Amino acid sequence: MDFEMGEGLAKQAKDPKQTVKKLIIYLSPHKAAFIVVFLFAMFSTVFSVIGPRLLGRVTTALVDGVVAHWLGTGLLTNFPYMMRITGWLIGLYIISALCHLAQEIIISRLSVKVTYKLRTEISEKMHRLPINYYDTRSHGEVLSRITNDVDTMSQTLSTNLTQLVTSVTTIIGVLVMMISISIVLTAASLVVIPLSMWLMMAVLKRSHVYFSEQQEALGTLSGIVEETYSGHDIVRAYNGEIRAEEKFIEANKKLRQSAWKADFMTNIVEPIFNFVGNLGYVLVCILGGYLVVRRAVTIGDVQAFIQYIQTFTQPLAELGVASNQMQATIAAAERVFEFLEEEEDSPDVEKSFKKDHYEGNVSFQNVRFGYNPDKIILNDFSAEISAGQTVAIVGPTGAGKTTVVKLLMRFYELNGGKILIDGVDATDFTRGDLRDIFGMVLQDTWIYNATIMENIRYGSPNATDEEVIAAAKAAHCHNFIRALPGGYNMVLNEEASNISQGQKQLFTIARVILKNPTILILDEATSSIDTRTEILIQKTMKEIMQNRTSFVIAHRLSTIRNADVILVMKDGDIIEKGNHNELLECGGFYADLYNSQFSEGITEEGMIS
Amino acid sequence: MSKIFEFMKPYSGMILCAALLLFTEAILALILPSYMANIVNDGVLPGHISVIWRNGLIMLLITLLSVFTALGAGFFTARTATGVANDLREAVFKKILRFSSAEVNRFSTSSLITRTTNDIMQVQSALTMAIRQFIYAPIIGIGGIIRALERSPSMTWIIALATITMVGAMVILFFVAFPKYKLIQVLIDRLNLVSRENLSGILVVRAFSTQSFEKKRFDKANKDLADTNLFVDQAFSFIMPTIMLILNITTALIVWVGARQVSAFQIDIGDIFAFLQYGLLIIFAFLMVAIMLVILPRAVVSAERIKEVLEAEGGVPYKNKPLPLPDDFKGEIEFKNVSFRYPDALESDDNVLNDISFSAKPGETTAIIGSTGSGKTSVFKLILRFFDVTGGAVLVDGIDIRDIHKEDLHNKVGYISQKAVLFTGTIRSNLLYADKNAADETLYDAAETAQSADFIKEKEDGYESNVAQGGSNFSGGQRQRLSIARALVKKAQIYLFDDSFSALDLKTDALLRQALKKKMKDCTIVIIAQRISSIMDADKIVVLDNGNIAGQGTHSELLKNCEVYKEIASSQLSDEEVNNGL
Repeated sequence: MDFEMGEGLAKQAKDPKQTVKKLIIYLSPHKAAFIVVFLFAMFSTVFSVIGPRLLGRVTTALVDGVVAHWLGTGLLTNFPYMMRITGWLIGLYIISALCHLAQEIIISRLSVKVTYKLRTEISEKMHRLPINYYDTRSHGEVLSRITNDVDTMSQTLSTNLTQLVTSVTTIIGVLVMMISISIVLTAASLVVIPLSMWLMMAVLKRSHVYFSEQQEALGTLSGIVEETYSGHDIVRAYNGEIRAEEKFIEANKKLRQSAWKADFMTNIVEPIFNFVGNLGYVLVCILGGYLVVRRAVTIGDVQAFIQYIQTFTQPLAELGVASNQMQATIAAAERVFEFLEEEEDSPDVEKSFKKDHYEGNVSFQNVRFGYNPDKIILNDFSAEISAGQTVAIVGPTGAGKTTVVKLLMRFYELNGGKILIDGVDATDFTRGDLRDIFGMVLQDTWIYNATIMENIRYGSPNATDEEVIAAAKAAHCHNFIRALPGGYNMVLNEEASNISQGQKQLFTIARVILKNPTILILDEATSSIDTRTEILIQKTMKEIMQNRTSFVIAHRLSTIRNADVILVMKDGDIIEKGNHNELLECGGFYADLYNSQFSEGITEEGMIS
Repeated sequence: MSKIFEFMKPYSGMILCAALLLFTEAILALILPSYMANIVNDGVLPGHISVIWRNGLIMLLITLLSVFTALGAGFFTARTATGVANDLREAVFKKILRFSSAEVNRFSTSSLITRTTNDIMQVQSALTMAIRQFIYAPIIGIGGIIRALERSPSMTWIIALATITMVGAMVILFFVAFPKYKLIQVLIDRLNLVSRENLSGILVVRAFSTQSFEKKRFDKANKDLADTNLFVDQAFSFIMPTIMLILNITTALIVWVGARQVSAFQIDIGDIFAFLQYGLLIIFAFLMVAIMLVILPRAVVSAERIKEVLEAEGGVPYKNKPLPLPDDFKGEIEFKNVSFRYPDALESDDNVLNDISFSAKPGETTAIIGSTGSGKTSVFKLILRFFDVTGGAVLVDGIDIRDIHKEDLHNKVGYISQKAVLFTGTIRSNLLYADKNAADETLYDAAETAQSADFIKEKEDGYESNVAQGGSNFSGGQRQRLSIARALVKKAQIYLFDDSFSALDLKTDALLRQALKKKMKDCTIVIIAQRISSIMDADKIVVLDNGNIAGQGTHSELLKNCEVYKEIASSQLSDEEVNNGL
C-alpha cells in the first residue's frame, strides 16, 4: 500500500466538477471495460469477504467436536463437513484471485490505452495550434502536460478507480458479515472506526501541511542550487562560494525542519494503523471471549470477526489516500483538457490552388496585422515583388522583421488585406501547399535527434542519398561532414557539442537547397558564429539566392545595398520601402541609420543588429 | 552505497535508538498472539471470564506500548534519514561549488542540479523505509518462525511453503518485469526528446509541412512506451492477486491442518488462532523485504550518482602558503608558453591551447579574436584559474598565479561572462555581489558607466527592483549591462570581457565603450570578440587559430602580416574599410 500522500497536494484544480464531467465523457467509450472491471472487483471482494466466515464454521465445528469429546457425548469431529467447507473455501479464494487478476489486467490495458490515446491527441493538437499559442508559453509548460500530467492521470486514474470500488465493496461486505455474526461485537468494533477515521484525518491534515512546507522549502533550495550551478563561473570569479554556501545551508536547514516532520508523518501512518487494528483485535478478543463463554456467539465467529476487523481498517485508509490522489489526478486532467480544448488554426480550404510550377511573384495588398487584434502593428502595407527579386528587411532589434516572414508563410492570419503568390490569394492554398513554395533558414537552427543525412533530408523525404550529398556540397558542408566521426551517419542531438552553431546552420541551408523552393526566406543574423563558417554561410546564401525570389532579414550592408526592395521596419511597422538609393534620397530613418554608421566610424556589423 | 553509510555514521546513536525501539515493537507484536491463544485456551473454552479480562488487559497494554515505540522509532528514523539527506546535500553542494569548469562540463549543470535535489530525496525516502523494514521485518520474520515452532512445529511447513511460494513468485516477477521496467525510463526520455524537438522546431515543422512525419515519429516513441508499459503493468497485475491467494490458502490450510491436530490432541485450539497470526506476520515480513529489494535498486542508482559527485577528482589545487600580492598591484598579465588541454580529454585530442605567449599591460586594451573553438574562452578561464595550465605559466605582475591565494586573485579580476548571469534578489543585491561593502555612490557610478542608470531609474522601485531567477525579467541587453556594472563595483585591476556587448544596440554599445575607456584608464582590459569592428582600435590584438597564436599586433599590423586576420577582416568589413586600415 502506498503511503506517499504528499505528492500532488499542492496542485489544486480550478474547476474540479467540470473536469470530472469531461473526464467521464472522455472515458465513456471504455464504459464496457469499466463495468467489467467493477464487476470483477465486486466479485473478487465478495468472495474474499465470505472466506473468513466459512473458515469460522470449520473452527466452530472443531470446537463443538472437542467440547463434545470432553463432555463425553462421544460426538467426534465431523471431518467430512470440515473438509467440504475447506474445499469450498479454497475454490472461492481461487475464483476471487482470478477475478482480481482479470480486473487488474483489464485496468492496466485500459490505462495504457488511454495514456497512449491522450498523448497522441496532444501531439496532434500541437501541430494544429496556431503559432501564437507558443509565443505566450514556455516549452516546459507544454512539455509537462504531455509527460507529467498525462502520467499522473493514467497512473492514479486506473489505480484509484479500482481502489475506490474495491474499498467500498470491502467495507460494505465486511460490515454486512460482521453484523450477521454479532451486532454487539460489531458495535464494539465500530467504536474503533471513528477513532481510526479521526486519527487518519489528523495525520493526513498534519502531513498535508508538512508536505507543502517541505515542497516549498525544496523549491527554494532548488532555486538556489540552479542559480548557483548555472552561474558557477561568476560565483567563483566573485569569491561568492562562502556566500552561496551560507544561503544554501540556511535553505537546507529549513528544508530539514519540514522534511523530518513530513517524513515522521509518513513513518507513523503504518504503526497508527496497526495500533487501531490491534485495538479492534484486542476488543474483539475480550468481548468475543466473554460472549463465547456466555454462548452468545460461536468461537469460529470470533475468529472470523478478528479477520474482518483486520481487513476493515485498511480500505478506510486506502480511501483516504485515494481521495487525496484523486485531487492530483483531477488537477492534471484539467491541464490536459485545457490544452486539448485550445482554439486551433482555422481549417484549410478544401480545394487548394496547387500548381506544379510557380513563378515567385509576391504581392502584399493592404496588409493589416497585429499579434493581438487590439494592437495592430502593420497598418495597410502594400508591395509588389516580382519573380527573382531580392527583398531586404531591415530594422533595429525588436522591430518585427520576422513578422513579415511569418505572415508570408501564414504562421499567423492577417487582420485585413491579402498576400498573393503568383496572383493567388495565400488563403486559397492549403497551408501545406503554400509552405511548400517557400524555403526558410531561420537564425535558431533546428536539428533533431537523427543522422546528418536524415536532418538534411528533412522536408524532402523522397530525396536519395546522392541528392542529399549534392545539397551538402552546394551548402559547402560536405567536406567537414566527411571529417566527422561517422560522416553523414553521425547522429546529431540537442547538445551536439562537437558541432558548432554555424555548422548546424549550414545543415539547415543544405536542407533548403535540397527542397529547392521557389521563394527563399533567409535570416542573416549570425551573431555567435565563428568567422570562418560565417564566410561559408554567406557564400552559400549568395549562391542560392540567385534567380530566386528571396526575402532576407538583412544585417549585411552588401546584401542591403544590392537588394531590389528594402523594407525598413521600426516598432513592428514598415516605415519605408524602396531601394538603397531611393531610400537615401528621401532622407528618412534608413538614411539616418546609414549615415550614422559612417559618421561614427562604426562598420556595418554594428549598424543593424 | 558505502558512501551513504559513511554519512550515516554520525547518526549511529539515533539509528541504534530506532533499532532498539523497532526491536521492542517487533517483540511486542510477536507476543500479542500468544495472549490471544491464552484467552481461547484458558478463558473461553473453560469459561473463565476473569482470565479473559486479565489477558485482554495485558493485550491492551502491549498495543499501547507498541504504538509508543512505533512513534519513537518513526521519530528517530525520520531524524536520521532527513539528517543524512541534509548532510549529503551540503557536502554535494560544497563539493560542486569547488569544481573547476571541467567537472561542471563533464557532469552538465542540469545533471548536477538533479543530483543535488532529486537524487538525494530519493535516497532519503529509501533510507526511511530501509531502516524500518530491514530491522523490523527480519525480527518479525525470524521471531515469528521461532514462536510458531514453539506453538506447533508440525504446522511450520505451511508457513515455509507459503513463504517460499511467495518469495519465488516475487523473484520470477522481478526477473520477468525488471529488464523492461528499467527500459521504461529510457523510453520516457525518448518521448520527451521527441516532444521537445517538436516544440522547439514548431516553425520548421510547419515551414516544411512535416507534421505527418513528426506525428509518426512521436507515435513510434509513444507506442514503444505504451507497449513496454503494458508488459510491465500486466506483469505487476499478478502481484496482488497472487499474494492474496497465497495468504488466503495459507489461512485455510492452517485451520484445516490445525483442526486435524487438535482432534488428535497434539495442539490446543487457541494455538490455531495464534498460529494464524504468526503466519500472517511472517509472510508480511518476507513480503516487505521483497518489496524493499525491488524499490532499492532505484535508490542505489541515485546513491551512485551522488557518490560520483563526491568522489570526483580534479578541481584546482591551492597552495598552503600562497604568496601575497604586492600592495601596488598593477595587473599585468603574461602568458608564458602556455599549453592547455582538458583534464578528461582523450589521448587523441589536440591541445586546446598550444604554446601561447602574450602579455596584456595595464592601461591597455588587449583583444582576442578567433573562430569558435579556437580557445578564446579558455584563455580567460586560465587567468581565473578555473583550470590550471598543462604547460608554461600564467603570471600576474610577474607572479605565477598558482602561487597566489584564489581569493586574492579573484579580488583583482572583474570578469564579465558571455552569458550574463544575475542572481535572484534586487538590482542592488546584484551589484553588491561584487563587493558587499560598496558605498551607494559606487553602485550609482558603476550603473552610470555601464549605461544602466537610465533603465534602473525608470523602474518603479529603482535599485530595489526585483530580479527574478536568471534575471528573466530583464532584457538580454539590460542583463549584460547590469553584469558589467557589477564588475565595475568591484574596482578591479584586471577586466575580462567575454563577448559582453553582443546584446547591446549600436548607440548603447558606443556610449558604454566611451565610458569604460574613461573609467578604466589604469586597468588591464582583455576583450574577447567575434567582430573586428569592436576591437579594431585595441592596443593589441591576439589572433587565435585552433589553439595557436596566428599573430599579434595592432589592427593595421595584422592586416599586413596575418593571413587569418585578413581573412576574418575581409569577411566582415567592406574592401574600403580594409584598405583604410592599411
